[in-house]
Amino acid sequence: MNIAVCIKQVPAKDAPLQIPEGGAWIRETDIGFETNEPDGYALEEALRLKEKHGGEVVAISMGPERVKQTIKEAMAKGADRGIHVVDDKFFQLDPLGSARSLAAAIQKEKFDLILTGLQSDDHGFGQTGVLLAELLGLPHATIIMQIEVQDGRMRLKRELEAGWFQWMEAPLPAVLSIQSGINKPRYATLKGIMAAKKKEIASIPRASLGVDATPTQKVERIYVPAKTKKTEILTGTAREAAAKLVEKLKHEARVL
Amino acid sequence: MPAFPGVDFIEFDSLLNDEEKLARQTARQFVDDEVLPIIEKHNREATMPTHLIPLMADLGFFGANLKGYGCAEMSNVAYGLVMQELERGDSGLRSFVSVQSALVMYPIYTFGSDAQKSKWLPLLQSGKAIGCFGLTEPQFGSNPGGMTTRAVKKGDRYILNGEKLWITNGTIADVSVVWAKTEDNDRVRGFLIERGTPGFKAYDIHGKWSLRASVTSGLSMTDCEIPAANLLPESGGLKSPLMCLNQARYGIGWGGLGAAMACYYTALQYAKTRTQFNNKPIASHQLVQDKLAWMITEITKGQLLALQVGRLKDAGRAEHYHVSMLKMNNVWVGLESARKARDILGANGIVDDYCIIRHMNNLESVYTYEGTHDIHKLIIGERITGIPAYA
Repeated sequence: MNIAVCIKQVPAKDAPLQIPEGGAWIRETDIGFETNEPDGYALEEALRLKEKHGGEVVAISMGPERVKQTIKEAMAKGADRGIHVVDDKFFQLDPLGSARSLAAAIQKEKFDLILTGLQSDDHGFGQTGVLLAELLGLPHATIIMQIEVQDGRMRLKRELEAGWFQWMEAPLPAVLSIQSGINKPRYATLKGIMAAKKKEIASIPRASLGVDATPTQKVERIYVPAKTKKTEILTGTAREAAAKLVEKLKHEARVL
Repeated sequence: MPAFPGVDFIEFDSLLNDEEKLARQTARQFVDDEVLPIIEKHNREATMPTHLIPLMADLGFFGANLKGYGCAEMSNVAYGLVMQELERGDSGLRSFVSVQSALVMYPIYTFGSDAQKSKWLPLLQSGKAIGCFGLTEPQFGSNPGGMTTRAVKKGDRYILNGEKLWITNGTIADVSVVWAKTEDNDRVRGFLIERGTPGFKAYDIHGKWSLRASVTSGLSMTDCEIPAANLLPESGGLKSPLMCLNQARYGIGWGGLGAAMACYYTALQYAKTRTQFNNKPIASHQLVQDKLAWMITEITKGQLLALQVGRLKDAGRAEHYHVSMLKMNNVWVGLESARKARDILGANGIVDDYCIIRHMNNLESVYTYEGTHDIHKLIIGERITGIPAYA
């Protein structure tokens, strides 16, 4: 079973972000980058499917030279090889442009399954996986909690709202967007990191793919939300007020 | 606590390659996920988190810069960055890995016979066996050449007598690398003593207020008989154990930075949220900024020192006096950072809700072990003047 995993490199969590005056993107110097966390779950799922069913796992990432580190990390964890779609202005692409470019790179090969994370931790459009499936003419399912492969078909567990789940069937090949938290991604071991040095990364300039990636949408401006302070007095008996407080801590502050 | 973002003021990371950054990332995640949530409890209860040993073995931390026998064959810079992150967790944990890697695996790898290497290195690399290193004695610390432990050959056996003290991992070790004077003109040689050998006893040192999450022991040998094949055949003279210490000190030089980073990062977060005088964060006070600026400046200088010594080591050109400067400076930076951070945290700096007092207490040991701060000054002094000033 040959699996492609689309992995994005995003600014590191807690990186001190700076936005140039009137800018539509952050300043990329001074900050570290890391693997998009949701894509880490997709990679882990791919590695587990490979361990069960054989085949190979290919890590695909797009962006400037620095994304090679993300591909190497995937290979250190067990991906067999990497594909780097090189684009120094990757941040200017919209999800359709990204999906078209990835589709063009993926179409050069034959994969049984293509996995993505649910969304990226930077732009967070959550669109690339869906668009990719459409462009490749493949079936697609999102928010995947579990994958069982048998006789060329998949049983898939999806997460619905309010604690509900759904089992569905889908044929192969297909594109799946993996829900975060469904597995515990492995560490890259030091031996894995050294072994990855010998694995191949194919570099494909995005311009060479012949894809029209003119943005159909445009980010006008990004900005840090202005801080606001709101005080609310909870009324009622102590019991009622405590119940309201718990509700607020659960659903508004989300700390419980 | 959010994931540790690292300390990088001058684009230090641009000096590292991808493998080095990935190795650091693995160790960093391991420390955030597995060490920080449990370390204060172990420190308080003076227990070693032994459950982490198999995981550290799987990740390849033991003997990471050695070749073959299941070792990862990382560069010395990558190995150093791993040590940095481990000591950001706890000096005791880093000590465990230093001893296993630099003081047990390295001497077997460097001075051992093929049989010793193929027996012990895979076991030590995979964490199935634990080792310790017996050089220091109750009366001989900075002057190991004065050691009184002796090995006398009798047929195909050696008989060892003597005492070793301040031995990390002593009571949990399956194999001890013990250094003793021999009948060959008092030449110091290394010996492997296996757990359970008659005449060999290890006991724990209690009442430590430093490295509490690490095992520190004494070793006692009374007519302890071992096969002659347990002699490390290529060891000869005091130079051999000093070569081991040089390996370990190199890792400690990076480790001191890790402890410094933990203290700096904690103090920075604290200073930005703790308010005094007109509800202003204490980070707005000049005297607090002075301390934070001192810390990040010294950490940054320490990173460059560590990296350069690491690059020299990878090129086979690191001399013991280079390593002395690294160990001396960076452990001092760690200890001074812990003291300044303690000051910034006020009373909170002395309780184990925060990491500061644990790091400070730990670093008091690290400042002294593996060549005291002052002895390293004398090593540098001898290098630049040509005059040894040890006596």
